[in-house]
Amino acid sequence: MSYTGWILLTASLVGISCGIIGVLLILRRMAMMADAISHTVLLGIVIAFMISESLQGTGMLIGAMLAGLLTTWIVQWFQSKGLQSDAAIGVVFTTLFSIGVILIATSVGNVHLDVNHALMGEISFVPWNLIDVPLVGEVPLAVVLLVTVTALVLMVILLFYKEWKITTFDPALAASFGIPVLVMHYLFMSMVSITTVAAFDAVGAIMVVAMLITPAASANLWTDRLWLMFVLSASFGMGSSILGYVIAIWLNTSISGSMAFATGLIFLFSYVFAPRYGRIAVLKKKRETI
Amino acid sequence: MADILLSSNFQWVFVSAVMLGMAAGMMGTMSNLRKQGLMSDAISHAALPGVMIAFLMTGEKDLMFLIIGAGLSGLIAACLIQGIHQSTRIKEDAAMGIVLSVFFGGGIMLLTIANQVGQGKQSGLDGFIFGQAASMIRSDAMIMGVLAIIVMLVIVFRFKEWKVVLFDPNHAKMMGIPVKFYESFYTFLLVVTIVIGIQAVGVILMAALLIIPSVSARYWTHSLLIMFVLSAVFGGISGGLGTLISAFGEGLPTGPFIVVSSSVIFLVSLFLGSKNGLWIQRMKLSKYKSLKSSHDVKED
Repeated sequence: MSYTGWILLTASLVGISCGIIGVLLILRRMAMMADAISHTVLLGIVIAFMISESLQGTGMLIGAMLAGLLTTWIVQWFQSKGLQSDAAIGVVFTTLFSIGVILIATSVGNVHLDVNHALMGEISFVPWNLIDVPLVGEVPLAVVLLVTVTALVLMVILLFYKEWKITTFDPALAASFGIPVLVMHYLFMSMVSITTVAAFDAVGAIMVVAMLITPAASANLWTDRLWLMFVLSASFGMGSSILGYVIAIWLNTSISGSMAFATGLIFLFSYVFAPRYGRIAVLKKKRETI
Repeated sequence: MADILLSSNFQWVFVSAVMLGMAAGMMGTMSNLRKQGLMSDAISHAALPGVMIAFLMTGEKDLMFLIIGAGLSGLIAACLIQGIHQSTRIKEDAAMGIVLSVFFGGGIMLLTIANQVGQGKQSGLDGFIFGQAASMIRSDAMIMGVLAIIVMLVIVFRFKEWKVVLFDPNHAKMMGIPVKFYESFYTFLLVVTIVIGIQAVGVILMAALLIIPSVSARYWTHSLLIMFVLSAVFGGISGGLGTLISAFGEGLPTGPFIVVSSSVIFLVSLFLGSKNGLWIQRMKLSKYKSLKSSHDVKED
């Protein structure tokens, strides 16, 4: 495949995987938790790098997942000690993120990692970092990682579709059915972390937030049906990745920045024109009732 | 190393970082009581495109213009979050996530463009992301320090009014306090506090300087006045300490060191805080238990 082809494929995969997981994030009102995890994943990656001395593969995934779980756990522990949830999130992620940045910036960590790379990603390097996959041939590592993670996330969501639905909309009812709500919570947070880390190479830690929240919030304005929301959110994610790439090439600027910006354009369009909860639809409905 | 500490430039930067920390500590107490800690995170990220537009329009790194640009885009972001939250079914935290990430993405786009066209004047703009107190010149430090002092004075001189508006807006209305005005003024002050800090602390971590000191102060007192004072002290110590540490190394980012300093204060407060600290809580619990068990024995 051509150079541009790989980049577009990578970007689309980021959009799809983040779009899917984002729907549950929005509905569970954990958007800011995603912001927190996308920051703290940096610390996990740095520590994994210090131990394994490589920036590739499973070590990084495990490090990121542990960082995500650690964030979730500390935030919950603080909350159980009487801290407001937003204060708990604010304290935890800024601290862990700062430790990560300090490890990168000083020689303590001895990490050959660029802070800007970690934050903004460098999707234009993705096609150069190839590995051999049996039967398929040479494929960029990021693509392999993203395909694996997307498949995993899809599988977990489809397998427990009913459980996700109930724990999301009515946790108390779910608990009375004997569904392990807390286990589901941690499972979900692990999925958010690995999605974040898979997207990390392409769009960087902070742009992941745009990809996780904005397409899902846009889809939330289009429909009430959960499965349709998943489909729409994934397509919006993919659409904004491609749109973002086009804008970046046109203006000759940061690709990940443009992708985040493009999610905003799609949200703006949804805000005005979405057939169910868009501005025009809502105003029309109001007029009809009067 | 001592050279750096003795240079008058550094002393100016140090003093204004302490002032900034104190102002942020006070402002943070208010935003924390309103449960708006993460709002400041959104506003500070959203300030980035404003900084870049101001730079691209003036072609210079004049801190006053950059602060005005940052302030405008921060205010727009705050209004957008309110607007999205109020006019759609989207919850406030999702609205913050949207505005924060889209504005930040736009800021990164503009930063990349500025790096291409700036002809060398743009160097140091990157410092706005993680903060670079070492790169501040004396006039920048003075702007930061003076604005921080103004914020503190505004809070201190109208403390009674702020207190009533914070805790009981209805009562405030009856007292004839213009609540609407104070609410908008609060948002304005919050944005000012955030944008004056972005050069020293950086847009990503500025929110921490508002959140962490005020959360720590809660473990030591139940009185609002003491909470403001303590939070300001904690913020000041963190700002000063972080600036000091980052000055020792070549090109070390300031923001992360400020945040880690304040986190250490937070951990100490969490465990040893004299009012709500975990140690005190445990002591109270065991006292209660021993009382209860002796009581039980009597009943038997």
